This record gives sequence, structure tokens and C-alpha cells, in this order.
Amino acid sequence: MESQNNLQNHRHAYWRANIRILTILLSIWFIVSFGCGILFVDQLNQIKLGGFKLGFWMAQQGSIYTFVVLIFVYVRLMNKLDQKFSFDEKND
Amino acid sequence: MDVQTWTYIIVGLSFALYIGIAIWSKAKSTSEFYVAGGNVSPLANGMATAADWMSAASFISMAGLIAFMGYDGTVYLMGWTGGYVLLALMLAPYLRKFGKFTVPDFIGERYYSKAARIVALLCAIFISFTYVAGQMRGVGVVFSRFLEVDIYWGVLIGMSIVFTYAVLGGMKGITYTQVAQYCVLIFAYMTPAFFISLMLTGNPIPQLGFGSELKEGGYLLDKLDKVVTDLGFTAYTAQTKSTTDIFFITLALMVGTAGLPHVIIRFFTVPKVRDARISAGWALLFIAILYTTAPAVATFARYNIINTANEKAYAEMPSWFKKWEETKLIGWLDKNNDGLIQYHPGTPFEKLNKKAVQFKSTGEKIETGSYGQPLIANKATDNSNELYIDRDIMVLANPEIAGLPNWVIALVAAGGLAAALSTAAGLLLVISTSISHDLMKKTINPNITDKQELIYARIAAGCAIIIAGYFGINPPGFVAQVVAFAFGLAASSFFPAIVLGIFYKRMNKEGAIAGMIAGIVFTATYIIYFKFINPESNVQANWWFGISPEGIGGVGMLLNFAVSIVVSKFSSPPPPEVQELVENIRVPNRD
Repeated sequence: MESQNNLQNHRHAYWRANIRILTILLSIWFIVSFGCGILFVDQLNQIKLGGFKLGFWMAQQGSIYTFVVLIFVYVRLMNKLDQKFSFDEKND
Repeated sequence: MDVQTWTYIIVGLSFALYIGIAIWSKAKSTSEFYVAGGNVSPLANGMATAADWMSAASFISMAGLIAFMGYDGTVYLMGWTGGYVLLALMLAPYLRKFGKFTVPDFIGERYYSKAARIVALLCAIFISFTYVAGQMRGVGVVFSRFLEVDIYWGVLIGMSIVFTYAVLGGMKGITYTQVAQYCVLIFAYMTPAFFISLMLTGNPIPQLGFGSELKEGGYLLDKLDKVVTDLGFTAYTAQTKSTTDIFFITLALMVGTAGLPHVIIRFFTVPKVRDARISAGWALLFIAILYTTAPAVATFARYNIINTANEKAYAEMPSWFKKWEETKLIGWLDKNNDGLIQYHPGTPFEKLNKKAVQFKSTGEKIETGSYGQPLIANKATDNSNELYIDRDIMVLANPEIAGLPNWVIALVAAGGLAAALSTAAGLLLVISTSISHDLMKKTINPNITDKQELIYARIAAGCAIIIAGYFGINPPGFVAQVVAFAFGLAASSFFPAIVLGIFYKRMNKEGAIAGMIAGIVFTATYIIYFKFINPESNVQANWWFGISPEGIGGVGMLLNFAVSIVVSKFSSPPPPEVQELVENIRVPNRD
């Protein structure tokens, strides 16, 4: 019974940390894509980045680069989390 | 050597490659047929997913759409990439831990209900069939335009190739041919893009090129904005659709992406949960290479077309112009009889027999006008625009516009075919597994053996290919609209059901089914009304909150979430085994 409880706590702590990571990364996802690319595109277009208006560039280029980075950051963070909680999938 | 010969050679070689892979990867069990034995490396899976995802639409049509839409094209760029973040973070790792074979598998077990499984498999089949009709059509079109093979034979050849590697190898054959197809398609897409970027701006990297100065001076985008506004179009970098509509279309496409069965099942093929996460990263990286190039290609194409054609004499048009005229993808109607092409906003002439361009002919011979142009039979509209350009030309004609050698043009044909066939295969597998696994094994007759299930899977794949081929030869006129439908359904049915299944332990069978039905019925009704029943009323003034049918899936998703949560609160929680299942899929190791 004691070890069942510990197991539950362990899983729950892992899950909470997982959710925290998701919340942060998905907020960035939303801000960069819907925020910069759609809702604030006119304001951002006042700034120029070389031959690009910043809002337009965020919408058609920057958001996509951010998405790729977000996924690799997620992978890194989750691998470290897995290690911390000994969910390393060594036995698979 | 002329284009046609080069095309036969390059396309022929690519097909030989795919068949070789098919023979090497024959599937011997349902596990190999459904999930490639769970042994695909994350990198290979990433490439296969990218090819699976990028269809004929991404390869051929998207740059053309963006060329005409300018900033509004963002809906496709963000919409068709952003969903991968949702997949990687919210779906793939947990579904991989779940470890079964299909999406209806997850829905059926998580919601402990045959009814839920059946709703899911019907959605999966509908979404996949609508999508695949478009792909087979794309295959036929590439064949007819590049190889001058009749569409009928083109589709038949495409079907046979897919049949070979899909029926023989199942997911295993499909995965490794998709890897090869990715290599072909990305090389085919990037090569003309490099050259055109170099030609126009001196910078070979398209992503940098389109933000650079033109060789003749001035930033390309600024120049393009000015050039199009002078002609009466909205500025290229300016917004045309309402912010609300752009928001919801992007949302529907992103969430729909994360809910498409043929994309989700790709993550069942890797060995471990951590592999599922990283393969989503690789997939998006490989997809991003094309998707960040597309807006550059679009900008170059729009600029080139205007510079080449507007206010220039028809008689001086380059040979690619005349060639695409022959295939009726370009049409010129000299409204003011000055022999010059005016390219202004608006549709130049109305559709005739549903075709954008029809020529006047006496018997077999096409009538020509005073400048040598084939005469347009369509009725002219009142605006000053004389030129019709099919969206698909932007990518297909690019190498010719840039004066690239014939083998590059042939490569574009091979790339388009690679894109269409890879997506078609992924979709056909979903249809086949829905029938053999979710319908036969899990619902109708649980006692069939693995061998028998495999036979059903092969037969189902074969039949699905034949039906898809039929639709390719006789496409329902509304293929493009039906794909929007597919996204809307995926967004409003699968995405919420799966996400709630993972993140909300309390979500039960009643809630999930109610939510899925609410989402589907709402989204389907809205789309069917505006696209099929009453298309004349399909204008912004009539839409709810200014949201078009393409964006309504986003609203359907929200409705699904709301209904699911409310209904689940009023009915009993899921049984303890299911709650334990949820706890289990949330952690990577089997503990």
C-alpha cells in the first residue's frame, strides 16, 4: 500500500512537471504564431528587418522556425525530466 | 533531350526505386503491416512523415495560392506547420505509449465503447477517402501535363505503383518509400527555387533572397507591393481577409493537422516514447525546409509573372507562356484590342462548362485572333483584367521561367508525383487498417488470426486503391472543398477526443461521444450549407462572426470540448481500468 502510494506520487509529480513544460512551450507557440503573425501583425509591420516587414516575416517565416525550435526544446526538457524521474526507457 | 524524354527517364527511375523498396520490405505480420514492426528510426520516421504530410497540394498548389493571396497565404504556412507542435507536445508521445495500432483503437479503448470506435473509424475512412481522391487526381494531372499521358492512364500507373508497395509492404513498405519520396520531392522543389532566387536577387538561398534587394535595385517585397497596388490589387504584404477569419482558418488547419489519422499513425512506428517526440521534431524540420521556401517561390513567381506579362505584347511572350496556354492553364482575352496583356485584379472571364479556359474552335482547329492568340470562348467580365493564370503554374512553370535545363523541369514532375503518391499511400493505409483492424478484428470478429487479419488488410488496401483511382479519374468537382471538410472534421472530432482522453482523466464515454457528434454535426452542417447547398450565399456577410467554412472547424473544436466536458460531468466517471490506462500512458517507462 505504501509503495503503491509512492508510485502514484511519483507519477503525479512527473505529470505536473510535464504539464508545466507544456504550458510554457504552448504559450510561446500561441504568442509567436497567433500573436505576432495574426493579431499584432500590423503593429509589427512598422518594424523592418532588411527587406521584410517584421509582422509579415513572423507570419510567413519566423513562426515556422520557432515551431521547429520549440519541438527540439521540448525533447531536450522531457529527456531530462525522464532521467530525473528514472523513466529512461532503458529496459525497452 | 527534350522535356518529355527526361521526364520519362527521371520519373521511371524514381518508380523503379519505389518498387525496389517494396520488394525488400514485404510485411509478414500485422505488426509489420500496421506499424512497420515498431522499428523505424526517428530520423527515417521524420522524413517519412514529412513526405506523408506534404501532398500534391503542398508541392504544386501552395506556392501558387500564396502568390495570389500574399499575406493571407499565412493561413496555409502557419496552419500546416503549427499543428506539429501540438502533435509533438500533446499527442504523439502518449499515443506511442498507448502502443496499439490505430486512432480508432485509442478512441475505442480509452472510451471503453464499440460505438465510439465505430464513430472514429467512420470519420477516419471519410477523412482519408476525401483526401486521397485529391491525391490521385494530382497524380493524373502531373502525368497528363508532363508526360502527355492521358489522365486515365496516369492514374492507373500511379495506382499500380502504390498498390505494389502498399499491399506488399504495408506500413513498412510505405515508410521506406516515403523516405525516398521525401528526398526526390525536396530536391525537386529546392533546385528551381535556388536558381530563381539567384537570378532575381543574387542570393541563392530563397529564404534570404525574398527579403533582399533585387539586382535592379529596391527590396523585392517593397517593389512587389508597389507594383501590385499600382495595378489595383491589395498590397502583397497587406491583409485581405478579416483578422477573425485568418485566426480561425489557421486554428482549424493547425488543430486539424494534429487530428489527421494518417499523420498520427506515423508515430506508432517508432520504438520508444522519446523517439516519438524527436521524430516529430525531425518531421517538422524536413517540412519546414519546403514551407519556408514556398513564400519565397510565391513572391518570385508573382513578381515574374507581372513583369513578364503586364502591358507587354502578346506576340513577344516567351515559349513557356504559349506552352501553358496550350494546356489551358493560361488564357488571354484581348478586351481592349491593343495586343497588349493587361493583368489587373478580378476574374477575367466567367467559367464555361465549369472550365476556367475554353477555346473557340471550328471543328478540330482552334480559332486564332489577330495577334496569333487562341480565342477564348468564355464570356468576358466587365473588369479590365485580360489574363487568367492557374494557381498551379507558379511552381510548375518556375523552372521554365528561369530558363533552367530540361532535366530540372522533369525533376519537378517526379517531385510532384512523389508528393502525391506518398500521401496517397499513408491515407490508403488508414482506410485499410480501419477495416481490417478496427472493423473486422475489434468489432465484428475478434477470433480471426493474425494471418487472417493480414489478408483482410491487404484486400482492404487493394479495394481502397481501386476506389481512390476511380475518384482520381472521375473526381467529384468539389475536391478542394472536400479537403477543407476533412480538416474541419479532424479538428472538431478527433483532436478534442484524443486530447481530453490524455489530459482529462475524468473524460468518459458519454462525454466523448457527445462531443464528437456535436463537433461533427456542427462543422459538417456549416460546410455543407455554404459549399454545397447554397454556394451563392458563401460570402463574408453571411458567415457567423465572419468565419468562413474553411475556419469553422476551429469553432467546432471548441464546441466539442465544451459539450464533452459538460456531458461527462453529468455521467459516471470512467471505470478504474481506464483511469489506470490514462495514468499509464502519461509516463514513458513501463513501471
